[in-house]
Amino acid sequence: MLSSSFLWQRARLIQAIRCFFIKKKFLEVDTPIRLPSLIPEAHIEPVACGSWFLQTSPELCMKRLLAAGEARIFQICKCFRAHERGKRHLEEFTMLEWYRSGCDYFDLMADCRELFAFLAETLDISPPGCSLTSPWQRLTVEEAFRKYAGIGLGEVMASGDFDEILVQRVEPFLGLKSPLFLYDYPAELASLACLKKSNNSLAERFELYIKGLELANGFSELTDPVAQRLRFAGEQELCRKEGKPFQPMPEKFLADLAEIGQAAGIALGIDRLAMVFLGKDNINEVVAFPPDTGGSDTSSGRH
Amino acid sequence: MYTASDLRKGLKIEIDDEPYVVTNFEFSKPGKGQALYRTKMRNMVTGNAFERTYRSNDKFKKAPLEERAMQFLYAQVDEYNFMDTENYEQFVIPADNLGDQVNFLVDNMDVDVLMFNGSPLGVTLPNFVNLEVTKADPWAKGDTSGTDTKPVTVETGYELQVPPFINEGDKIQIDTRTGAYITRVKE
Repeated sequence: MLSSSFLWQRARLIQAIRCFFIKKKFLEVDTPIRLPSLIPEAHIEPVACGSWFLQTSPELCMKRLLAAGEARIFQICKCFRAHERGKRHLEEFTMLEWYRSGCDYFDLMADCRELFAFLAETLDISPPGCSLTSPWQRLTVEEAFRKYAGIGLGEVMASGDFDEILVQRVEPFLGLKSPLFLYDYPAELASLACLKKSNNSLAERFELYIKGLELANGFSELTDPVAQRLRFAGEQELCRKEGKPFQPMPEKFLADLAEIGQAAGIALGIDRLAMVFLGKDNINEVVAFPPDTGGSDTSSGRH
Repeated sequence: MYTASDLRKGLKIEIDDEPYVVTNFEFSKPGKGQALYRTKMRNMVTGNAFERTYRSNDKFKKAPLEERAMQFLYAQVDEYNFMDTENYEQFVIPADNLGDQVNFLVDNMDVDVLMFNGSPLGVTLPNFVNLEVTKADPWAKGDTSGTDTKPVTVETGYELQVPPFINEGDKIQIDTRTGAYITRVKE
């Protein structure tokens, strides 16, 4: 029998998130989940839906709203990523994204601290074993790899094993006592982030970790359509080489990109946020019908 | 062919010409990074454990395993002889490979044998077998010691705990997965 108490806690978290952004004068938006083309990303495989795709994140549409002149927007929505299933992954998951014009990635870090403080205070809960009130930590990717894996970033990138070293030797130590921002990613891993003006080998991108769990990915947005087209072309080439589904160039997005001034945006996994606040190790424990357990079969007549 | 995204507990794959069974499996994926499949496996021939992390484009051969219906013929010292019930081909499996299963094998028993490249790897027994009790102490009526089981020996030489009313010559049903007594069988 499904126990409903965690559903109440999960719902309260989502309601409080909404309150936070409404209070901060953000516009809640609602963009299409099914799209004709998505961001070309070699390591994220979309779920096809007819000849279209289910979104892997609401990023494209939300940035087009920034281009249309909205300055502060947020969205809570479902996202889909094929084959991502594990203790910390669901193929269908719930994402919070927010975007702000005139800001950079440090402003988003400040938003995170404020949001978590608001959730803790409003709901009178705190992540077990992690103090939100202690100073939050900040480590550059270079510092974190040196500290926990004993390897410099140059060597890591040359080895081609960035992901393996990060997952096995660095991530387990991040954000253990208080939340931690891992920031300044190598330019090769910039995704849709802009490069640092002071050092173009690094991107203004960060991730938020609590107790070794990656919760959010944010960056100062790259708003140069030429540079972004080159990056997308690189991802398309990778997809082609690895025989992965091809995503056409998102032309409308690229056309709108030039209209966005300075801006920053972030994606935060709601299911993982619930895991952290409810002290659960498995994502199955924070959703109503995790797949693979028979729970998603609503035809069983349980309701 | 399998790819890493097919990996799951219990999947049987071939690596360097040897069959492996996946015993533990964890999916991880750093933000915007590639999917990693941290996999623990056991070599189905040697029993050795093995751990490795794969990427999503890594590929695996399906282990060429097949189950064949066989009959257990007889045991000779430490060798157990089986016969394919379709083509009468005979195979020998060393007692060491059978482990505790030797406790439940009686002549002419039907079993499934797992084959890898034409050699037997192991045996799947029926979940329940009926064996004859060959040694049991009589039930001392009025025994007030409070013990509710007693040890007996069955025809394979296996010893187990049963209720006190079981006598020599009785047939009893045993669960081969746990080795535990289930019930007395009336014939």
